[in-house]
Amino acid sequence: MFETTALNTRSRRIEGLVRILFLMMAVMLILPVLIILGMLIARGGPVLSWAFLTTPPTNGMTAGGILFPLVGTVWLVTVALIASVPVGVAAAIYLSEYAPDNWLTRVINLAIINLAGVPSIVHALFGVGAFVLFFRFGTSILAASLTLAVMTLPVVIVATRESLRSVPRAFREACWNMGATRWQTIRKVVLPNAISGILTGVILEVSRTAGETAPIMFTGAAFFLPFLPQGVLDQTMAMSMHLFVISTAVPGVPEELPYGVALVLISMVLVMNALSVGFRMYLRGKKKW
Amino acid sequence: MPTRTTGETSGSSGVALDIDRRDLAWYVDKAVAGLVFVAGISAIIFIIGIFVFITREGIGFLTSAFDFKEFFGSPAWRPTSERKATYGALALIAGTASVTGLAMIVSVPFSLGAAIFIGEFATGKTREALKILVELLAAIPSVVWGFIGLSIMNPLIIETFDVPIGLNILNSGIILGLMAAPIMTTIAEDALKAVPDSYREAAEALGATRWQVTRRVVIPAAKNGLVAAVLLGVGRGFGETMAVLMASGHSVNMPTSVFDSVRALTATIAAELGETAMGSDHYRALFTLGILLFVVTFVINLTADLVVRGIRKR
Repeated sequence: MFETTALNTRSRRIEGLVRILFLMMAVMLILPVLIILGMLIARGGPVLSWAFLTTPPTNGMTAGGILFPLVGTVWLVTVALIASVPVGVAAAIYLSEYAPDNWLTRVINLAIINLAGVPSIVHALFGVGAFVLFFRFGTSILAASLTLAVMTLPVVIVATRESLRSVPRAFREACWNMGATRWQTIRKVVLPNAISGILTGVILEVSRTAGETAPIMFTGAAFFLPFLPQGVLDQTMAMSMHLFVISTAVPGVPEELPYGVALVLISMVLVMNALSVGFRMYLRGKKKW
Repeated sequence: MPTRTTGETSGSSGVALDIDRRDLAWYVDKAVAGLVFVAGISAIIFIIGIFVFITREGIGFLTSAFDFKEFFGSPAWRPTSERKATYGALALIAGTASVTGLAMIVSVPFSLGAAIFIGEFATGKTREALKILVELLAAIPSVVWGFIGLSIMNPLIIETFDVPIGLNILNSGIILGLMAAPIMTTIAEDALKAVPDSYREAAEALGATRWQVTRRVVIPAAKNGLVAAVLLGVGRGFGETMAVLMASGHSVNMPTSVFDSVRALTATIAAELGETAMGSDHYRALFTLGILLFVVTFVINLTADLVVRGIRKR
């Protein structure tokens, strides 16, 4: 009854070939990146040292380390998080806990998708028009960070919304039945159960924010500064901008220096991402419902 | 009658109706509901804000120096010319289109292939590992990609093809393809996952192999999602700035081969905005390019959303 026919063998052979073909495609996507990472490590690795991280750029950025850009990126990311996390989490609470299924909610979701899809240079133009000029923040950390905050808002909203939605409805109902208000329920039951998922989203946002260049070019990141920023109304250097500047606009930079900067930048971003992925997998394993 | 319980209250039981329950918790609840609503519509506010603020800066150009025929028909982008500044964006549009086009040719087959492998063939650990690698691929900052184009791809292309300049359509197209691949793979895989397992089981019960199931059942069912994935990839490539600025050669040029250097719309803004005087025609023209970029990506995203909605309705 189950004799293999010629047709059967043929389709099985095709099956095997197709499988290998698609595997090759997936590998081809990932392989170049691994090679590139390897090259960055090979060429940038020797540059790295404690002194590289803790001395400012010197000699017209052709020598020295990356202290000022590194600290600048920390400033930019911190201020951007302070601005975007509360708004993003609140927006996600609205979408997950309050929003009815109507046209407004559909428009909000469409706006979130669009906000994530607007080119980064258009966000930069918005930052110049709104924060630098209209609100008169000038080119400053504040203007640059707010631009970054608007740009990465969808990351926080989407991650938080998903983690709020994964809290079972029964948890909320149990709390409502005790006479708690909607907000009491959210604060005491929903948020504590979703906090780790939200954190995953925030880490992801940090990694996105740290790597962006275009949005900060005209809103607050400086070509070169001989000092550290003292407050949010100062300009600052930034890692991504520094890599762009020394690899395109500064003559006489030793060949391995930009590799070192690129390696530090990509390590920051990938470590953050790996942390977020690891955290998510750990949570999935721990989840009781 | 305001009560503290929200949600399912059991109608009018008539008990204790005269007790005013508007205590502190009730007021806090109402205040929070208002606050999260404002945050909820913030995405809409920002989208409108982006459009308003870039239009506010760019409108002066549209009403004065803007000439429709020149803007879309002339390849002469000479905003700093002493004699007569011209604002022909055709070469920039061609630059963006050629780089994005090549990127899609390079990455669509691989992205969809990878999505099919991850979604339909791979299992367990392999699948998880591939998904994580694709996610990490998406995390590499665009300025790092640009640097890779500049310092690794550039000499490689010069050597391999024996051309004088390695910063060209080929270079930026490959870089952009690698950048757009993760978003296409992720969304395409989501689309495949959205096809109910009962479809696959039904086909397998009839004796179909995995590939037959994929080709005849899963792909047709997920078609719209796959189209949306490609559209979002196009949007990503179209809007990419730093990588294209650094890897495309950045010279105003109507491209005739993949070894020509070109300049993209996004890269033009990034390279020139810092050198323009605020309020000048040039400055406003750059914001006008921004309006063009905004409108095109908006249309792409909207189309992708409508296409996806098409499958949900069915």
